[in-house]
Amino acid sequence: MITFIVRRLIATVFLLIVVSMITFAIFFLIPRLAGQNTYQLATEYVGRNPTRAAVLQLEAKLGLDHPIWVQYGNFLKGIVFGAHYNSGTSITYCPPPCFGYSFRTQQPVWPQMVSDLPVTLSLAIGAAVIWLVGGVAIGVISALKRGTLFDRFSMGIALAGVSLPIFFTGLISLELFSYKWPIFPNVTYVPILTNPALWARNLVLPWVTLAFLYAALYARLTRAGMLETMSEDFIRTARAKGLRERNVVVRHGLRAALTPILTIFGMDLGLLLGGAILTETTFSLPGLGQFTLLAIQNQDFPEIMGVVLLAAFFIVIANMLVDILYAVIDPRVRV
Amino acid sequence: MAMLEVRDLHVQFRTDDGLVKAVDGLSFDLERGRTLGIVGESGSGKSVTSLAIMGLHRSSDKGSGTEVTGQIRLDDEDLVSSSAERVRQLRGSKMAMIFQDPLSALHPYYSVGAQISEAYRVHNKVSKQVARKRAIDLLGRVGIPQPTVRVDDYPHQFSGGMRQRAMIAMALSCDPELLIADEPTTALDVTVQAQILDLIVDLQAEFGSAVIIITHDLGVVAEVADDVLVMYAGRVAEHGSGGDVFLQPGHPYTWGLLGSMPRLDVARLERLRPIRGTPPSLIHVPSGCPFHPRCNYPPQVGGDRCSTEIPVLMETGPGHRVACHLMLAKQQEIWAKLAPGAAAAEAAAAEETAATEETAAAEAAAEETAASAQPGEDVTEVEAT
Repeated sequence: MITFIVRRLIATVFLLIVVSMITFAIFFLIPRLAGQNTYQLATEYVGRNPTRAAVLQLEAKLGLDHPIWVQYGNFLKGIVFGAHYNSGTSITYCPPPCFGYSFRTQQPVWPQMVSDLPVTLSLAIGAAVIWLVGGVAIGVISALKRGTLFDRFSMGIALAGVSLPIFFTGLISLELFSYKWPIFPNVTYVPILTNPALWARNLVLPWVTLAFLYAALYARLTRAGMLETMSEDFIRTARAKGLRERNVVVRHGLRAALTPILTIFGMDLGLLLGGAILTETTFSLPGLGQFTLLAIQNQDFPEIMGVVLLAAFFIVIANMLVDILYAVIDPRVRV
Repeated sequence: MAMLEVRDLHVQFRTDDGLVKAVDGLSFDLERGRTLGIVGESGSGKSVTSLAIMGLHRSSDKGSGTEVTGQIRLDDEDLVSSSAERVRQLRGSKMAMIFQDPLSALHPYYSVGAQISEAYRVHNKVSKQVARKRAIDLLGRVGIPQPTVRVDDYPHQFSGGMRQRAMIAMALSCDPELLIADEPTTALDVTVQAQILDLIVDLQAEFGSAVIIITHDLGVVAEVADDVLVMYAGRVAEHGSGGDVFLQPGHPYTWGLLGSMPRLDVARLERLRPIRGTPPSLIHVPSGCPFHPRCNYPPQVGGDRCSTEIPVLMETGPGHRVACHLMLAKQQEIWAKLAPGAAAAEAAAAEETAATEETAAAEAAAEETAASAQPGEDVTEVEAT
């Protein structure tokens, strides 16, 4: 088991390196292979105002005329050790991990991302708990009561949840529960340390909106998984031993049905941590999603790079954790 | 009063295609310490019977439409009319079951020891340590080497025979008085089969429990069963001791089963003789005797009794019941001819007489042709010999 975890950790490190290479290649190598020269490349990344001077400055700053592996090496060095930027008048030091300076704010990208991260974390993890517990519970009950009114009703609502776009449900819930009936007035983000109660209260609408979408998916998945698992032979054996039905369903049935659900959960959470762009924008939450949107709108290249790498990092880590979790649950996987 | 008394058991499933009569009037007794072998083709109702005894038809979802009627009396307590909770308490503790494929019947995520402990703790309020000790003890009893190490292994880490032993250990954890083994050896190879059967017999002697073995393998039944119940289309075709059913069978279906077995002690004269036709649909069971479309003997019964009248189980000997319209004397007569040893002897005798007749005819013809002395007939002579 330990060897399994160590092997997965090593594999994850390699994977992260490969991810950084691919990201780097997307931004710096592929355009060159497609025929762009360094000036054209710098023009794309210089931001909103591509004056000739700015482009040349960026070209030098990014070191675009160096060989590609030197560029990549500098890039990695910047992430690990920090980088020095010679802007002509002075040399500024950008602490690790250094993704460069934002064009929009002229500040290092990383600290900005770090300050936005708690918002996204609050949103994602809160919604994740709700949708996992709620979705699985509804799925299990629907599977056990297959064909009944509860089943049809919940699956119908689940279909709606999966189909309706999140900005639609978000705006509707804002209109109803924030403006029309002021149950949750003034939905802005309050840090948890400032005021936990208000933090939670203001996040209820975003949580429920986001969770509604995923809970619907998970309810359907759990229902299908439970139906399949409950017809397995080991369920019959469990009953033959005289176990109470509740134990048969939860300890034998649900446990077996849950493994694929957990895999998907890991992936979903990993994706969400990279920035729930639609939800954050709908509810004006200043998280990584909004950050990403602004970065794209402003063509702020360092910010875009930073967000891409961070999101990839979350997904890779989430994958690794899910793999390990899978091995903990299913002994057949522990090779 | 026997330990297990089944009276007029009917199990029916409501399906979209119609009402499936899986078990259609089954009655038998089973005493403590005895082994009953239930034999039949796929679809004869053997497994459904065992699941009905264990009450496992109830637990599935409510809308399944399974109807169980009749009486199943375990130590004078009727299981069919008991509450689901009462039957649940008896399951595992008084009656236990082992299944055909131990790899799919054991939960893949829990260790074998954990599953055995669980079976024990459902019916006995003991600590985890005590239950674990019991699991190790049982694993040793069923012949698994190094039980203290293997108790924490998972089912996929065992071989097929070991897994089945572990299942048996799990079933015996609460000292059940009735053990039902549903095709316990079908998924195993032959040498392992023998070991498992020996194990079941030994454990039965040790625990004094009654055993029902369900199988389609007549060899297995002959090996372990005291009594044999032959089922066809959800009904009893024949029921008696092993000796009765194998040596003096009275039902044409049993004759067919025994006759279709390849044998080592009979020279390979001809092809295997299967029972013609296919097992009947349980939704549209044939009228009268369910076996009559595949039976060779309705002409001997006379009239159309076989296709109109359901045969009643009749005693043809002490403890031997057969459900067939053929008269007892007729049954014995036909079996005397059919019995494999007899058939071979007859065939050999018939061949001999045919051969001697042929040679006599050839000689007679030779004398005639010698008298007429024609070249063409010389050729014929050579052919005849």
